[in-house]
Amino acid sequence: MGKLVFIGLGLFDEKDISLRGIEEAKGADFVFAELYTSLLAGFSLNKLENLIGKEIILLTRRDLEDENGEEIIKKAENGRVAFLVPGDPLIATTHVALRIEAEKRGIKTKVVHSASIISAAIGLSGLQNYRFGRSVTIPFSDGDFISRTPYEVIAENRARDLHTLCFLDIDAENRKYMRINEALEILLSLEDEIRKKVISAESLAVGVSRAGAEDPVVKAGAIKDLLTFDFGKPPHILIIPSEKLHFMEAEALRVLADAPKWVEELIK
Amino acid sequence: MPRFRHTEKILKMLRNKENIRDIGIIAHIDHGKTTMTDSLLAEAGLLSPKIAGEARALDYLEEEQKRGITIKTANISLLHEADGKSYIINLVDTPGHVDFTGKVTRALRAIDGAVVVVDAVEEVMVQTETVTRQALSERVKPVLFINKIDRLIKELKLSPQETQKKLMRIIRDFNNLIDIYGEPEFKQKWKVDPAKGSVAFGSALHRWGFTVEIAKKKGIMFDDIVKAYKENRYEELQKIVPLHEAILQMVVNHLPNPIEAAKYRVPKIWKGDIDSEIGQAMLNCDPNGPTVMCITNVQLDPHAGIVSTGRLFSGDIKEGDQVYLVGARKGYRVQQVSMYMGAFREVVDHLDAGNIAAVLGLDQARAGETLVDSRYSDVMVPFERITYVSEPVVTIALEPKHPKDLPRLVDVMNRLSIDDPNLVTTINKETGEYLLSGMGELHLEIAIKFMKEYAPGLEIITSKPIVVYRETVSKAGIIAMAKSPNKHNRFWVRVEPLEEKVIEMIEAGEIDEVMGRRRMGEILYRKAGWPAEEARNIWAIEEHKNVLIDLTKGVQYMRDVRDMVISGFRWACQAGPLCEEPIRGIKVKILDAQLHEDPVHRGPAQIMPAIRRAIFGSFLTADPIILEPIYRIQVTVPAEWVGQVSSLLTRKRGRILSSEQKGALLAVDGYIPVAETFGLAADLRSATSGHAFWQSQFDHWERVPENLARGIIAEIRNRRGLPPEIPDAKKFIDEA
Ligand SMILES: Nc1nc2c(ncn2[C@@H]2O[C@H](COP(=O)(O)OP(=O)(O)OP(=O)(O)O)[C@@H](O)[C@H]2O)c(=O)[nH]1
Ligand SMILES: [Mg+2]
Repeated sequence: MGKLVFIGLGLFDEKDISLRGIEEAKGADFVFAELYTSLLAGFSLNKLENLIGKEIILLTRRDLEDENGEEIIKKAENGRVAFLVPGDPLIATTHVALRIEAEKRGIKTKVVHSASIISAAIGLSGLQNYRFGRSVTIPFSDGDFISRTPYEVIAENRARDLHTLCFLDIDAENRKYMRINEALEILLSLEDEIRKKVISAESLAVGVSRAGAEDPVVKAGAIKDLLTFDFGKPPHILIIPSEKLHFMEAEALRVLADAPKWVEELIK
Repeated sequence: MPRFRHTEKILKMLRNKENIRDIGIIAHIDHGKTTMTDSLLAEAGLLSPKIAGEARALDYLEEEQKRGITIKTANISLLHEADGKSYIINLVDTPGHVDFTGKVTRALRAIDGAVVVVDAVEEVMVQTETVTRQALSERVKPVLFINKIDRLIKELKLSPQETQKKLMRIIRDFNNLIDIYGEPEFKQKWKVDPAKGSVAFGSALHRWGFTVEIAKKKGIMFDDIVKAYKENRYEELQKIVPLHEAILQMVVNHLPNPIEAAKYRVPKIWKGDIDSEIGQAMLNCDPNGPTVMCITNVQLDPHAGIVSTGRLFSGDIKEGDQVYLVGARKGYRVQQVSMYMGAFREVVDHLDAGNIAAVLGLDQARAGETLVDSRYSDVMVPFERITYVSEPVVTIALEPKHPKDLPRLVDVMNRLSIDDPNLVTTINKETGEYLLSGMGELHLEIAIKFMKEYAPGLEIITSKPIVVYRETVSKAGIIAMAKSPNKHNRFWVRVEPLEEKVIEMIEAGEIDEVMGRRRMGEILYRKAGWPAEEARNIWAIEEHKNVLIDLTKGVQYMRDVRDMVISGFRWACQAGPLCEEPIRGIKVKILDAQLHEDPVHRGPAQIMPAIRRAIFGSFLTADPIILEPIYRIQVTVPAEWVGQVSSLLTRKRGRILSSEQKGALLAVDGYIPVAETFGLAADLRSATSGHAFWQSQFDHWERVPENLARGIIAEIRNRRGLPPEIPDAKKFIDEA
């Protein structure tokens, strides 16, 4: 009877995998990994292979989507397979399709968690988890396709007095990782186009870069100031807070995110 | 090249719109268009009279002189003085060969009147019909010049009665065309009549010609002409009745100036609001209105870059103007404005409404584009699409001899398709297929010549010509559901055959993507009897006559993915599931969809393949078939050989429609599959000992006979390196 274990790789480098994760990987007949859904900035495949004492087979988006992860499923039908995924394996990504397919084919599945960028970014910002609405990704404008969804999600959340966590698109194949200032420009240009007065250059935003690294940057400020702020190397993530803040949130932003004094005026 | 002495004078008169004529010379191949324009050039002092008639000066490309045929359009502005008045004649000489009709179509947009040339020996031919029909559909008014009268006298040695009968037949046949293709309001007015001076007779080669009026005035009779030839002093004729006089008189008296023409042409080729500021300016050919130009020709000049030629319908244009291309949605600064002098462009300060201008600096311009003053970019409605009568149905595969030249090949292919929108280049880096499709073998042959000229030293290996097929369906398919690669998005789609009537409407440009949904909906509802809901929800009309209809209701994010859905649809239509030939004539209905919340999980890489799979899934359950292109063919042959011709055509799966006596010759008219025409020239020659002349031109698509279809599909799949079996619908359909 086969088994497929989804193992989270956490946020930054090969040390973010849990001890349980290492154990599972060591006991597997085959170890697969994908690295296209997030950027693990300090990660080394080699070091992780040394850590678990096994070769890791790297899968592409093609293998998992166009080929439906057949390679993993086939191996898992007759053996133990570990599948390493950045972050917490089933949160920001779409691997649930693979898990469902495996279960349908009689393969037992298991999940070994690790830190997710969602909890990390929210935690680092000091904003309260309870006050977040839907999250959304800001995609690269792919030629002619410009998604309005990020704008609409922020609008909905703000209307309900909620913060929005914005993932920033990555294009792993071309090593393109969206930066916070790019994301803010996209949002402002959407505002320019749709004009529902959801955000402006004066609105508050919180940028977080390299969560999980030794040198994460957390910075709150007006969008116009963050546009030119240097957040350093990727990965980046962005929070557009609600228009009103809880007093503890304002204080946290002041102390932990170097927010300007005016955020205190946003206290409810 | 010195500045033409007339340019200065021309520039001074540009505002005098009553004295401008924008005209074209159109005809069947070889009927003498370019030879005739020589006489006009000579009169304007641009060509030595000694060589006029033989120089064919507007065939200035080496390839044209070598082959003796015109292969591009040539523009020239002529100054003509008559009765103390000066006129500017902006003239376009067009090619007659069927493979280049696309160029005629584009030129017609820029002109208001046409001199139709008919060879008196051959009379009205297929291509005479095609170009006249197209002129009428653009509301371009014709006059008639019956050419090569010398041949009637010298070669055919016809009696005066026979000659008269022949000439009357030509005039009657020509007026018949106006009757068939003219619009009701114009056809009576536009019929030609020798008594009124809208028909001229003459010899372009010997540079004489007259209208009835001129003949009367000069007291010259037909007998005098015959005599002049008999006594071998026909050269005197060009002094007594010079050709340019007859032609220019027709042009000046019978063809409209731009102000007159704008009144009825603008409403035909532009569907914006006539009462708007722009509408009124165009209708009045107002040089002070907003700049509006319809670009009809785009060439890549190695030195100047993209040269866009077009007709100014309102306002003026000069260097430094800020202009906007409506189709490309891009603004530009005009770098240079010039006027055409045949092979040369003369830089001018500015040109205004009613003239034909060449503009530099518009790198995204393509033929058919609408250019407007950038202050009007938001409100400008584009010109009606230019619709072609012919389609590129013959293809060759290209390969650089040295693999390292591949980038150059791709480069030059791209350049070619800008120069000539009727040449379709398909570049597929994955399969390594580099295809060039054109109207016929000559079209491709010339294209290859140009490629070699553009990229000196580039050696190209070309395949034998292959026919282009189309894939379509013969009934409605099942509702197919397909998921995106990440499985988080689903579409339900049904493919149905598109009604023949709607295909025709698309081909005729009656419905068009750019026309706006409301108007299109109304036309489809009223004329095609579509249910209102479907008629109103067309998302896209694809170039191969496929239609995408959105019938989803209240699906969240549908608007966000709309452009990707359309791209997926176009992608599917480019290469169908049977053998990757383009799909033609299907209706794709999106019935329902479920989309992921987050935009990155429903990006183009997810949505496009999902749509394509759903389309293919339903398509394959809809009794798919393939279509082949059919030529209309006209063979002229002495009566005694007609039996051989018919049996040859029948053997080649052809069908004869009619045969008509034309003097000693029979004109056999029929259909033949393009696939059977490669090598037809040699077959016809040997079957008739070289007595047959033929012309063929794309006419329509027809279902490939069942007994042949399998083999053809297998062959194409093999050529493309596809597995031999047509994929099963199941491969594309997912289960809920
Ligand atoms: N005998 C005779 N030959 C003519 C006359 N006019 C033209 N030709 C000949 O007919 C041939 C074709 O003339 P062109 O002027 O090239 O014809 P065209 O209509 O411009 O041809 P395409 O542009 O290729 O369609 C040439 O060999 C000319 O010399 C004429 O009046 N009499
Ligand atoms: Mg010619």
